[in-house]
Amino acid sequence: MKPFLVTCAFAASVLAAPPIVIQNATVLTVTKGTFTGSILIRDGKIVEAGEKIMAPADAKVIDATGQFAMPGIIDCHSHIAADSINEGSVSVSSMVGIEDVLNPEDIAIYRALAGGVTTANILHGSANSIGGKCTVLKLRWGKDAHDMMFQGAMPGIKFALGENPKRAGNPTGQRIGAANVPPRYPATRMGVEDVIRQAFTDAKAYQQSWKEYNEKVAAGEQALAPRRDLKLEPLVEVLEGKRLVHSHCYRADEILMLLRVADDFGFKIRTLQHVLEGYKVAKEIAAHGAGASTFSDWWSYKVEAYDAIPFNAAIMTRKGVIVSLNSDSAELMRHLNDEAAKTMKYGGLDETEALSLITINPAKQLMLDKRVGSIEPGKDADITIFDKHPLSNFAKVEKVFIDGQLYFDRNNDLAERSAREIDKKKLTDKEKEQPRRTAPGAQRRPAA
Amino acid sequence: MKRLSVLVFLAVGALYAATPTVIAIHNARVIPVSGPALARGTVILRNGLIEAVGADIAVPADAWVIEGDGLTVYPGLIDALSTFGIPEATPVTTGGGGRGGGGGQQAVTQTIAPPTTLPARGPEDRPATTSWLKAADLVKATDRRLDSARAEGFTTAVTFPPRGIFAGQGAVVDLAGETAGDMVVTDSAGQLVTFATAGGFGGGFPNSLMGVMSYIRQVYLDAEHYRDAKQFYAAHPRGMQRPEYDRALEGVLASPRVLLPATRRIDVDRLLRFAGELHLKALLYGLPEGYRSADLLKKADATVLVSLRWPEKARDGDPDELDNMRALEVRDRAASTPAILSKNGVKFALYSGGIDRRADLFRAVKKAIDAGLAPEDAVRAMTLTPAEIYGVQDRLGSIEKGKIANLVVTKGDLFQDRTEVKYVFVDGVKFEPVDEPPATARPGATEAASPTSEVPPSEVQHGVNQ
Repeated sequence: MKPFLVTCAFAASVLAAPPIVIQNATVLTVTKGTFTGSILIRDGKIVEAGEKIMAPADAKVIDATGQFAMPGIIDCHSHIAADSINEGSVSVSSMVGIEDVLNPEDIAIYRALAGGVTTANILHGSANSIGGKCTVLKLRWGKDAHDMMFQGAMPGIKFALGENPKRAGNPTGQRIGAANVPPRYPATRMGVEDVIRQAFTDAKAYQQSWKEYNEKVAAGEQALAPRRDLKLEPLVEVLEGKRLVHSHCYRADEILMLLRVADDFGFKIRTLQHVLEGYKVAKEIAAHGAGASTFSDWWSYKVEAYDAIPFNAAIMTRKGVIVSLNSDSAELMRHLNDEAAKTMKYGGLDETEALSLITINPAKQLMLDKRVGSIEPGKDADITIFDKHPLSNFAKVEKVFIDGQLYFDRNNDLAERSAREIDKKKLTDKEKEQPRRTAPGAQRRPAA
Repeated sequence: MKRLSVLVFLAVGALYAATPTVIAIHNARVIPVSGPALARGTVILRNGLIEAVGADIAVPADAWVIEGDGLTVYPGLIDALSTFGIPEATPVTTGGGGRGGGGGQQAVTQTIAPPTTLPARGPEDRPATTSWLKAADLVKATDRRLDSARAEGFTTAVTFPPRGIFAGQGAVVDLAGETAGDMVVTDSAGQLVTFATAGGFGGGFPNSLMGVMSYIRQVYLDAEHYRDAKQFYAAHPRGMQRPEYDRALEGVLASPRVLLPATRRIDVDRLLRFAGELHLKALLYGLPEGYRSADLLKKADATVLVSLRWPEKARDGDPDELDNMRALEVRDRAASTPAILSKNGVKFALYSGGIDRRADLFRAVKKAIDAGLAPEDAVRAMTLTPAEIYGVQDRLGSIEKGKIANLVVTKGDLFQDRTEVKYVFVDGVKFEPVDEPPATARPGATEAASPTSEVPPSEVQHGVNQ
């Protein structure tokens, strides 16, 4: 046994990449204060972070003098990296999932990475009262879909309240369907509540049918298993606390409605998304234990988004809600640090609180705070290095590490651009030079 | 028009009447595919079968003799994924490829108008599903495309009902016959899946790619449950409600394999995992990005059908629109897919993708050969390999004693520009192809003409009006 272990250890040491030391950076740990010092990374994990650390002789040193290292940014609400977002045909679409349609070659991933984001919660759209299953990604650009998934993350599901799910059903809504599209239930807020209640009533019956089947089998009886229902299975997981609910919402009344429904059926809402009127019901949200993932100052794009205020994040924070700022947009995703900074002006959050909104708080909301969200020994080495303080809107991302691997380097990117342009021009020219043959079958010419 | 069809009918009848039952192709170059080429060999056909092949074969006294000097005899080409024989069917596309692959996010290929006025509300309504349809029941010996297909050198096609998520069951058919029944070699080639949607918000479930994926998953789970339920019921019918008959599931269970569309590398990755999860015997088809997917395919020991319709720049697109690097690369390299799969030992067949002119077909294959595919591998990928893939290698795909007498006889090597297809034999019946496009426009010609149009105009309208 011992020789075997020795062999393993030897193999591991040979295979493992050398440790990395990020030196002389201003380290914004978010949970353990800020200092000027170094971070030691080994095997994808943060091993040590402090003013003085012992760097191993074989370590690869990255000099970050004058630069700022912070935990990789976490976006709790994104729609990048997927080939489809909404299964808008039915108001309960829990049978569908983003995992089935991940697109690891979506350029938005790289651009988000260039904005310092390392983890993103990819959500189904908001057309349905109960949408599809969600997937948490680490933005390991260049890896395939499976290797981009955050292994060990709790699965999630999207819910949506208010205008989007009811408008999809309203023949006069005109937003996504045409006038001649048959109406879809629900067309009102009370209908949305009914749809959710009915779905969980069905899920409980389904759960019961499996329970009875399993009891029969345990008793040695012959029995036919119930049909597996991919729509109800995720809802049973929600009832059993095995799947996180992320619900799109705006208005205070619908937020309270959803919390009541969840209480009635005995499950938890993990996060309220957008939640622009969350400041009105922050105490109730905190009492339920739900997190809130909102915008800094994006509103008034529809009636239900009129009562928003820029103090929302700060007020909910003061009332004891775990708050994060999300993007819901491939563009906004590239400067979530700016969004966080706004909460210092509107609501007076301090630097650490502001940074928490895009790091440790979304990590908590996704139940990943043991893995990511701060710079602490034992956590994944997901680190973003900015050239200036990240809460300055002059700050640019210099380097991004995920699991200790460098996935974005501003200097490399700039240096490679001209080569890429040349490659592209070569291909474009080559195509132009080719005799302009018609496509097979395109033109009917007599044969030679 | 009527008179014309009568003439055609008479002509076809005359052909059959005129073809003798014993034919000897004497002293031709013979490429059996299953073995080494014969520089001078003779092939004897009798009653639709290959009676003998070899260098020193005596010509039977009752044989019609075709002197083979300057001719080469190949096994008849097999179109490994086709709609030949099904009148008015448009070719199966995977989407994306035509627009340069890789570029867009449109992996969904077509829009299916819901068959009923009520949109499907979930998988239980079996949307866009005709899994019970059998190509063997749909083929017609009168399909006009049989002529052009034979002129291309095809003697056999694996033909499928082309529409829907579960489109239906393919059949291996010979591309000539007096009746449809004559044509069918096997009626159970597999289930064709396309990523069709019910169309637009309000058009019913599913209207997204992930909806389609979840639907396919649910159907396979349902099929498994259905099989179990039927078995359980057969064993204990008393006191148990009988399982409801479901033709959609019957169709899925009757299919020995499933064909899934894969345009991009990420589709290959996704669908190999999907097939693994559901324990499907899957063939991926399309594969314009096959050149960069060989590692995945090799690892999964996958078999693929590569479309010969190589992606090209859209002709009617904005000339100033800039293509992304991936789209440019795919257009540059798609035709190297067969060569790269060959090098990596990935089993593949080539299919026409609806190319219906000989010159275009040969040019497309030549492009793959120019990109590194050995010419003999190209021939194999259109003869013996598709026969193996569909389990008919004991009947088709090579020139061997006892196999079906499907041959293509050329002047020059197959797939070269100036090569002529002199004769095509289907079930021992000789055809002398007229190498010209069919005289009249057919339904589906628009689709075939433009690889970028994924939805035939008629269907777009239909979808909107629903």
